[in-house]
Amino acid sequence: MRMGRRIATTLRRTVIHAGPTVLGIIVLDFLLLQLMPGDAADVIATEAGVATAETMAAIRERFGLDQPVLTQLMNFLGHLAQFDLGYSPRYNMPVLDMIMMRLPGTLLLMVTALSLALAMGVIVGSVMAAWAGRWPDRVLSVVVLLLYSMPGFWVGLMAVVLFSVKLGWLPSDGNMTIGAELTGFGLVADRLSHLVLPALALASFFVAVYARLTRASMLEVQRQDFMRTAHGKGLHPFFIQLRHALRNALIPVTTVAGMHLGNLLGGAVVVETLFGWPGMGRLALEAVLARDFSVLLGVLLLSSFLVILANVTIDLLHAWLDPRIGEAG
Amino acid sequence: MSLLAVERLSVAFPGQVAVRDASFAIEAGETLALVGESGCGKSVTAFSVMRLLPPNARVTSGRILFEGTDLLAEPPAGMRRIRGKRISLIQQEPMTSLNPVLSIGAQIVEVLRRHEKLSRRAARARATELLDLVSIPDAHRRVDDYPHNLSGGMRQRVMIAMAVACGPKLLIADEPTTALDVTTQAQVLDLLDDLRHRLGMAVLLITHDLGVVAQWADRIAVMYAGRIVEKASIGPFFAEPLHPYSRGLLGARVDVDTDEHYLANRLSEIPGSVGSAAGEQGCPFAPRCPVAQAACRQAPPPLLELDAVDTGARAVACPVSVAQTGGRHAAAVG
Repeated sequence: MRMGRRIATTLRRTVIHAGPTVLGIIVLDFLLLQLMPGDAADVIATEAGVATAETMAAIRERFGLDQPVLTQLMNFLGHLAQFDLGYSPRYNMPVLDMIMMRLPGTLLLMVTALSLALAMGVIVGSVMAAWAGRWPDRVLSVVVLLLYSMPGFWVGLMAVVLFSVKLGWLPSDGNMTIGAELTGFGLVADRLSHLVLPALALASFFVAVYARLTRASMLEVQRQDFMRTAHGKGLHPFFIQLRHALRNALIPVTTVAGMHLGNLLGGAVVVETLFGWPGMGRLALEAVLARDFSVLLGVLLLSSFLVILANVTIDLLHAWLDPRIGEAG
Repeated sequence: MSLLAVERLSVAFPGQVAVRDASFAIEAGETLALVGESGCGKSVTAFSVMRLLPPNARVTSGRILFEGTDLLAEPPAGMRRIRGKRISLIQQEPMTSLNPVLSIGAQIVEVLRRHEKLSRRAARARATELLDLVSIPDAHRRVDDYPHNLSGGMRQRVMIAMAVACGPKLLIADEPTTALDVTTQAQVLDLLDDLRHRLGMAVLLITHDLGVVAQWADRIAVMYAGRIVEKASIGPFFAEPLHPYSRGLLGARVDVDTDEHYLANRLSEIPGSVGSAAGEQGCPFAPRCPVAQAACRQAPPPLLELDAVDTGARAVACPVSVAQTGGRHAAAVG
């Protein structure tokens, strides 16, 4: 199959690129974190209230913090090669376990937010392009501009005020009702209702970006010769927009969406904190405050994996959308 | 009744008139060449016939009768039944007129299934046949190719396959070979001509290449600055062009039969530029015309039908030239 070969080429190329990228990210992250003042021993000692120089030294020795930076890096890489992300001095548990507890929450939030942003952005953008210059376009332009200029956490806060406090429709905190013992449909509905507000808060900015981009590229496509060819075949205008215009217009949108995944992870820190969502963003924040570098490195490493994985997905999507991509491989 | 009769068509863009009072007819099965330089309104005329004008263009007057129905009065749904089925279009630039993200097979299947009750499988088989018909080698393998896999000439063949898929009565070819190299040009035009005979279509061939006209057209209509200035059958036109503009065009050709060579002799040209037609009250060609008289600048000359039984319908918008040729053509004011 032609399509299969194209996708295989794309995959191969991405995997070759991903290896060195990941190694570079790990080393850079590690060295950057060494620049931060203070270490886990300081924080533990501070929280304990009393600490002698001896106990500090003992803590440092126990977690290998007293060794030279390069040795620490080599140790870390050595452990990593055995899929061991290390041990958190603060939480007293393996980093991998901590991250795996938080990963599904973050993934769920990110995937939902990005899908929402893409779906809403593309629909709004297409509507704007179809009525370009007339009132639906004008009204939506204002809405999009508002979404673009309001920070996600503020949108989130206002949504909490409206939907949780005033109307009481949706919960504002956590990712499930604690102690509700729900099963089946009730469980899904409960999770979904907790997901709506954080996902919308995270997506709002990106909806605006994709809407503007879709509008611009849809209008651009209208001028192409193949659009006249399509009209010349006697096809229905709606069908032409869907099959001929949108598919071409989606190519730049997916490119940008791929690049946004990193931003989305960053934005997740704020939104997760705001909504008490147990995800990796909050874990990262807590790790920074506790100088818990092994946890932070693990989070950063996994985040970079997520971004790379997302880019692979986008590349595959591209190869499917645009047959010109992935043939010369 | 003519297959297509365009009557006094005028098309305007904001701030300028692209086509003025253009009238011409195409009989079933014949090739009419619409000739003129860039920007003279030939493509706009062609797109008006399919009602595929850019959104800012308006047909300000006239009728376009296709098999007796006025296309300009046809509702959008009716127009969609005609496009691709009764009248189809080949555009100038084969590199951009095919959708880059759909396979050529899918693009042919699309028009087949729009107008004919065909299953997916049958439409695909028919698409392969059509690719074969336009001499694409290995058609059954090529049907899944994307436009970027094909050369310019091949893409134009695909466009032709798509255009003739539903057996149209009229094919509008808007400079179909301008973007191709000369050898490919001849192949594509031969193919078009062959298909015209086999499928019994009429062709409206838009071009600025008089060599193409001489070889492949039955009749010619010359446009200048939005007006049709001369209509004739090919033989008489090339034997004796009447309008000063037509004469200028033919005079500017390089002819291998004469001894003239561009290194030795200066080629003949039409003085001035088409821009001089803007704002001209009378004949648009008057500022560049070697035989212009004072009267020419007063009002645009009407298209005079010439009574010439042996040469077919002939008309020219130049009373001066008609007077000069004198007795051989008895002018009947039309």
